[in-house]
Amino acid sequence: MLAQSGLTDLLRNQTKQLHAQWMAELAAGLRADSRIGATELSEQTGEFLRILSEAAREGVWDGPQSPQLRPVLSFLDEVSRSRAIRGFTPEETATFVFSLKRPVFDHLRRRFEADPKTLADALWTATELIDSLGIHTFKAYQRTREEVINRQRTEMLELSTPVVKLWEGILALPMIGTVDSARAQTVMESLLERIIETGSTIAIIDITGVPTVDTLVAQHLLKTVAAIRLMGAECIISGIRPQIAQTIVQLGITLEGVTTRATLADALALALRRSGQTIAGTRPS
Amino acid sequence: MPPIRTDWVEVRAESDIVHARQLVRRLSSEMGFRLVDQTKLVTAASELARNTVVHGGGGRLSWECIAEEGREGIRLTFHDCGPGIADVQLALKDGWSTGKGLGMGLSGTKRLVNEFEIESRPGRGTRVTITKWK
Ligand SMILES: Nc1ncnc2c1ncn2[C@@H]1O[C@H](COP(=O)(O)OP(=O)(O)O)[C@@H](O)[C@H]1O
Ligand SMILES: [Mg+2]
Repeated sequence: MLAQSGLTDLLRNQTKQLHAQWMAELAAGLRADSRIGATELSEQTGEFLRILSEAAREGVWDGPQSPQLRPVLSFLDEVSRSRAIRGFTPEETATFVFSLKRPVFDHLRRRFEADPKTLADALWTATELIDSLGIHTFKAYQRTREEVINRQRTEMLELSTPVVKLWEGILALPMIGTVDSARAQTVMESLLERIIETGSTIAIIDITGVPTVDTLVAQHLLKTVAAIRLMGAECIISGIRPQIAQTIVQLGITLEGVTTRATLADALALALRRSGQTIAGTRPS
Repeated sequence: MPPIRTDWVEVRAESDIVHARQLVRRLSSEMGFRLVDQTKLVTAASELARNTVVHGGGGRLSWECIAEEGREGIRLTFHDCGPGIADVQLALKDGWSTGKGLGMGLSGTKRLVNEFEIESRPGRGTRVTITKWK
């Protein structure tokens, strides 16, 4: 396999030269920025070539699935991972591998200039290898992005449902954003838990920050109110804006029996009165 | 370039319901609908989009900004090739649900818009068209 030995020879014996050409290629394709320094990039590419030439040393590889490529793939996993986290685009990440093509092709062309058949074979072997490594990089990038998105989603779930203690015995839950089923569930659970923890008797759910109240949101609200009552506490819903009020009436949803107030401040005033507490300066009502 | 007056989007997943609401919010606000009418149309779209995903197994929303007889409006068509509705009259009753919903989606939507048309064939799919005039 002269074609393959050409590639192996390049990787094993001309690593330094290849590295320099690859770095030049990368520098041309990627604008320098704060996400990765020149030294780090140089170390990364150097390390990659070292591992790749190590794999080539093991002898003939039978295509991209060869077991000896495993260390190469796991190195690429790491590279893709760190790039996805640092906010590189998928193109930028895949460029890391694909930019190796030109220096490799140049070398092979020079080496097999007199032998078109072997040159064609060598180019094919190199293309197959680099493409498969590139695709692997892309997949690893995608996996990391998905992990990041899922984690952020979970964090958002908790972040966006802060239950705050407004006063002795009074909790408030300012809801913000889209109330999908998963969030509604989290909201209800954390509110119920906090009611027990704090021994509160009144919970205020403020929906000023909820852009749309459809039947699903209404259903979640009603369920939460019912659960709070079952625990012996009381619930006030505040922040129902006029346009939302008109819309839910027309939808046919009755919040009958649910105490509502226009603003969180009104709800707090009511809650204080109900729990027999007063603050100096509270609006008389 | 004149603004696009008609187009369609996929309504297949929970995130598409959010997108459908944002789309309708944007269209109705660009057309200068009053805030309360924007809210009603967005809420109606939310109901129908959810029905398309939950009951219809996914489908499409086609939208159109219309102007006829000197008035302007938005027409939305939700279309799926799901199981269809056996008894449309029953489905339109307040409180009727074959799922775990409040069963107020279809009937409520009808009250929120100016025109409401539903066409459904069991085993073939469902098409709901609503229009709100400015
Ligand atoms: N696109 C659809 N495909 C099939 N069935 C539907 C569709 N939309 C509504 N339905 C049926 O009509 C019923 C009433 O719908 P709706 O009023 O929105 O209440 P809900 O969604 O809360 O069940 C649903 O329970 C379902 O059986
Ligand atoms: Mg519904």
